[in-house]
Amino acid sequence: MATLNMIQALNSALDVTMAKDPNVLTFGEDVGYFGGVFRVTDGLQRKYGVTRCFDSPISEGGIVATAIGMAAYGLRPVVEVQFADYIYPGFDQLVSEAARIRYRSAGEFFVPMTVRTPCGGGIFGGQTHSQSPESLFAHVCGLKTVMPSTPYDAKGLLIASIEDDDPVIFLEPKRIYNGPFDGHHDRPVIAWSKHPASAVPEGHYVVPLGKANVVRAGNAVTVLAYGTMVHVAVNAAEENGIDAEVIDLRSLVPLDIETIVASVKKTGRCVIVHEATRTCGFGAELAALVQEHCFYHLEAPIERVTGYDIPYPHAFEWDYFPNPARVAEAMRRAIEGG
Amino acid sequence: MNDKSDDKPRKNRQPLSLHVPQPKCRPGDRPDFSALHIPLAGQQRRPDIGVSAHEIRDLSETIIRVLDDHHKAVGPWNPKLDADTLRRALKHMILTRALDDRMFKAQRQGKTSFYMKCTGEEATCIGQAYALERDDMCFPSYRQQGILIARGYPLLDMMCQVYSNARDPMRGRQLPCMYSAREYGMFTISGNLATQFPQAVGWAMASAYKGDDRIASAWIGEGATAEGDFHSALTFAAVYRAPVILNIVNNQWAISTFAGIAGGDEATFADRGLGYGLASLRVDGNDFLAVYAVSQWAAARARANHGATVIEHFTYRAEGHSTSDDPARYRPADEGRAWPLGDPIARLKDHLIALKEWSQEKHHAAEKEAVEQVAAANKEAEAIGTLKAGEKPNLKTMFEDVYKDQPWNIRRQRQETGV
Repeated sequence: MATLNMIQALNSALDVTMAKDPNVLTFGEDVGYFGGVFRVTDGLQRKYGVTRCFDSPISEGGIVATAIGMAAYGLRPVVEVQFADYIYPGFDQLVSEAARIRYRSAGEFFVPMTVRTPCGGGIFGGQTHSQSPESLFAHVCGLKTVMPSTPYDAKGLLIASIEDDDPVIFLEPKRIYNGPFDGHHDRPVIAWSKHPASAVPEGHYVVPLGKANVVRAGNAVTVLAYGTMVHVAVNAAEENGIDAEVIDLRSLVPLDIETIVASVKKTGRCVIVHEATRTCGFGAELAALVQEHCFYHLEAPIERVTGYDIPYPHAFEWDYFPNPARVAEAMRRAIEGG
Repeated sequence: MNDKSDDKPRKNRQPLSLHVPQPKCRPGDRPDFSALHIPLAGQQRRPDIGVSAHEIRDLSETIIRVLDDHHKAVGPWNPKLDADTLRRALKHMILTRALDDRMFKAQRQGKTSFYMKCTGEEATCIGQAYALERDDMCFPSYRQQGILIARGYPLLDMMCQVYSNARDPMRGRQLPCMYSAREYGMFTISGNLATQFPQAVGWAMASAYKGDDRIASAWIGEGATAEGDFHSALTFAAVYRAPVILNIVNNQWAISTFAGIAGGDEATFADRGLGYGLASLRVDGNDFLAVYAVSQWAAARARANHGATVIEHFTYRAEGHSTSDDPARYRPADEGRAWPLGDPIARLKDHLIALKEWSQEKHHAAEKEAVEQVAAANKEAEAIGTLKAGEKPNLKTMFEDVYKDQPWNIRRQRQETGV
C-alpha cells in the first residue's frame, strides 16, 4: 500500500497495465519524454520505450482517430487529451465512430480505447481550461463516461477502463489531482495524504464501472455527485451538521441506478450537484430518473446545484463554482420542502 | 445617417473580389476536357521504392499511365501481369458493374432505400485489391465495393446487406453499401466522410508497433479531402511513417460539387501529400494496369518501412452520386462519355484482345455470365427478404452490440417494446 495523490495513482494505473499487457500504449500532446503537463505519464517513456509512450501532434481529432484504428487492430490505446476543453476536434471521431463501430459492424469490430482528459475548474483556467463536458459524452450511446473522485478510485477505475472492451471517456477533475478540494478556495490546500482514499495498493486492482460509492451515509437527504463535487458535498454536510447521504456516482455511463434508487427511497429527498452548466447537464437525466423510479417516495422537489449557464468566467471563478454554502442551502431546501 | 466619407474610394486601394470556382461545363454545354493535360502512356519514370518524396515531385503532377492508345502496356510502370490474372481482374470488374446495375434497379423497384454505384471507378479499388495481400486491412469510403468482389466475398451477403433482410450481416443497422467484412480485410464503412482516413493510419501504426507485416489502405473522395481528418491522417502518417496507402479517388464530382470547390483548381490532389513529406503519385484511375502498378509500388514501400504513399486516382464518376441523385441537373448529361481516359473495363478488354488473350465474343459471354450470377444471387436474397417484404432481422437484435454487455437502460427499453 502506498500513499498517492491522484496523479500518482493514475500513473500507477498506466504502469500496472502497461507492465501486464504489451497491447497497452499511451500517447498524446506532451505525453512522452516530458510526461504530460500534469505529469500523469511521467517516467513511462523511460520505462517502456518510445513506441509505448510518445508525443503526438497537436491534433485531438488525429489522436482519437488513430487510437480507434489501433483499438480496431487489437491494441488497447490510452490517449490523453490535454484539457477536456480541447476534445471537440475529436468529437466526431468519438460520437460517430468510436461509439458506433461495434454496433454498425454487428460486433465484427470494436474499439477498446480510453480517452483520458482533465476537466473542471477551480484552477483559474478560464473558459478554455475549466469545462466539464461529461453530459455531452453521457448522451452518446456506445461510450462509457467515468469520473473518479479519489486516488484509490482513480487507479481502480482507470485500470477497469483500459481493460474494458468499449470506448471510455475518462474525465479527471484536475482541481483534486493534488488534494480533496472541499470548495473553500480561501483556505489552505489539503493534501491527499490526509485522506484515507490516498491509500492505494501498488499492484493491480479494479474498481468496476457502474458501481457507485456511498461515501457518507445519512438519512435526511440524498446527494448525487461525482468528481470534485463529491468532496464539496461531503464538506457541506459536515460543516452544516446535515444528515446527508452522499453518493459518488464514479461512472455516469454505466450508471448505478440501484444505489441511487435505494438511497432516495430511504431519504425521500434528493439534491444533485455538478460543476457543469445546468441546462441538459447530467443532473437533468438524474432528476428524470429519480422521479421515474422514486416519485411516490419523494417528499420535496429535487434540487440541482450546478454551474451557471454561462461560459466559465476567469475573474468570477468562485462565484461560478458551486460552493459548500450553495450545496448546503439546497440540502436544507430539500429537507424542509414538501 | 451614413457618413458619406465612408463611401469614397480610397486612394491606391483596389477593391477586393471574392473568387468562387466554377466548372467549365454545365447542363446544355458541350462537354469539354480540352484543358486537361493527359500525358502519353509509358512516359512516367518509376523510381525506387525507397525514394524520398521531394525527389519525385513530378509524379504528383503528371498522370502515371501504362495502357496506350493502341491498347498496349508500355513503359516502366507496366506490371507485366500474366493473362490469367488480367482476365480474372476483368471478370471482377464486370461482376461489380453487373451487381451495381442490379442493385440500382432493386432500389428503383422499391426493394431497398438507397444504393451507390462505382461505375467507371472499378479499377481504382479492384486494381489496388489485386496488389495488396488478402489480409491487408482496407478502410474504404462507400464506393469501393470492388474490394469485396475481388476478395471473393459472397454476392449474396452483399445483397442481403443492401436489402437489410434476415441474413444481413449488419443486422439491418446500416444504410445499403455500408459493408463490414473483417475476415476479408475490409473495415466497417462509416458513411461519415473522411473519418476512415486517420483510422487507417492508426491501424497501420498498430501493425508497425506489433512488428506485424500487414499494411493498411484507405480510400477517400477528392471532395472529402477538405475535411480536417484528411489533414490529421497525412500528418500522423508522415510523423510516424505509418505503413499505409492513402488513396484519393478524384472522380471529379462530390454530389453536385466539382473538384474545384475542394481546391482542385489550385493544385492536384496528389500534390497535397508533398507538403507532408509523403511520396505522392497521380495515376490514371481508369487504367487497371497503372492502378495495380502504383499500388504495388506503394505497398512495397510501406512494407519496407519507408512509410505512406498518397495516390490520386484520376477518374470520373460515370453515374450519379447515389440513387438519390440526378447528375443531369448540374453537369452535361453526356460528360461521362467524353471523359478522355475512357472506361476501365473497355480498356482492359481491349488490352487483352490486343494480346490475343480475349475476344468480343468471350467478353459478351463473360458479361452474360456475370448478369446470370448476379440474378441467381439476387433471387436467393429476395427469397429471404427485401427492405419492404420478407424476413427482417430479429427486432431484439436492434438493442444489441451498443456495448459488449447490455446495460440496464437498454435492456429496459428493449423490454418496453415487448421483445
